[in-house]
Amino acid sequence: MSEMKLYEVFIRAKSGLNHRHVGSLHASDAEMALMNARDVYTRRKEGVSIWVVESCHITASNPEHEHEWFDPAEDKVYRHPTFYPLDKEVENM
Amino acid sequence: MEPALYQYLLRLADSSLTMGQRLAEWCGHGPYLEEDVALTNVSLDLIGHAQMFYQIAVEVSGEHKTPDDLAFLRDAHEFRNPLLTELPKGDFAYTTLKQYFVDVFNLHLYQALSKSKHQPLAQAAKKALMEVKYHLTRSQAWCERLSLSTDEAKQRMQQAFDDLWFYTPELFETDEAMLQLADQGLIADYSVLQSYWQQQVSDLISKCQLVVPQSGWLATGGLQGEHSEHLGYMLAEMQFLQRAYPGCEW
Repeated sequence: MSEMKLYEVFIRAKSGLNHRHVGSLHASDAEMALMNARDVYTRRKEGVSIWVVESCHITASNPEHEHEWFDPAEDKVYRHPTFYPLDKEVENM
Repeated sequence: MEPALYQYLLRLADSSLTMGQRLAEWCGHGPYLEEDVALTNVSLDLIGHAQMFYQIAVEVSGEHKTPDDLAFLRDAHEFRNPLLTELPKGDFAYTTLKQYFVDVFNLHLYQALSKSKHQPLAQAAKKALMEVKYHLTRSQAWCERLSLSTDEAKQRMQQAFDDLWFYTPELFETDEAMLQLADQGLIADYSVLQSYWQQQVSDLISKCQLVVPQSGWLATGGLQGEHSEHLGYMLAEMQFLQRAYPGCEW
């Protein structure tokens, strides 16, 4: 178990959608992580494609910076793309 | 009733059922959570294959039986699996290597059976084949990782290899009835299966630097219902509920 690495798992639910983070798992290497992800996260036909990324390769923002980083966006409604109509044909926005 | 085909279907089903049941014994005991889930996924696939083959056997027999009757109400001497598939689960290396041997066998077997002139058998083989391809990817990946990693893992793989190697020829055993079924295009030609299997397995042996043992007891008897002592214990546990509470469902 000490040889195991942690991987983050991303699954594309169906063609055309983004890969979404679904959780993490342990594996000895990337190929094994893919297989483990297939067995742990797609048993009920949850997806058609899997990405795995070793967790240590993810650089995360510091939770302590939450307010100074993210709160300023709160009152800037003009940044939301809500001021024009979207064509019906555009799905999954 | 076609006795030869019926017996052959039992051999297919019994092999998958015993493999599936042994893998199920890992449930809650896997080396780590992810592998525990993976092992039992494969277990359920194999039990599903057994169910398909028992179903066809029931139809071929024309008797008023169900797949459950065949799985849970026959004694050890009526089982037709080779001894390899009933062996105890052993350690993870042992389970992995046994699974690899059977996965390679199943791959070629189901590829051949998917061309069977018996349509239900061909359909079932096609369905099983898809799952077997993944089983093989997994077991082969594990064989390579264990054989080429720590000293303890290598030693356990070699030990498993020594213990299991002489059980493998029985996978290809045939009798007169099977040869006739093969001639009729109903089942696979087992001598062809054996050459495919040997080729593929010898590639893995050299890749994994495993040493082929020189001599050992050559397993045989499963086709005639002569099994190791292990099958009886396995069936006692597996069949207990149906024996104690006939027809019990949940």
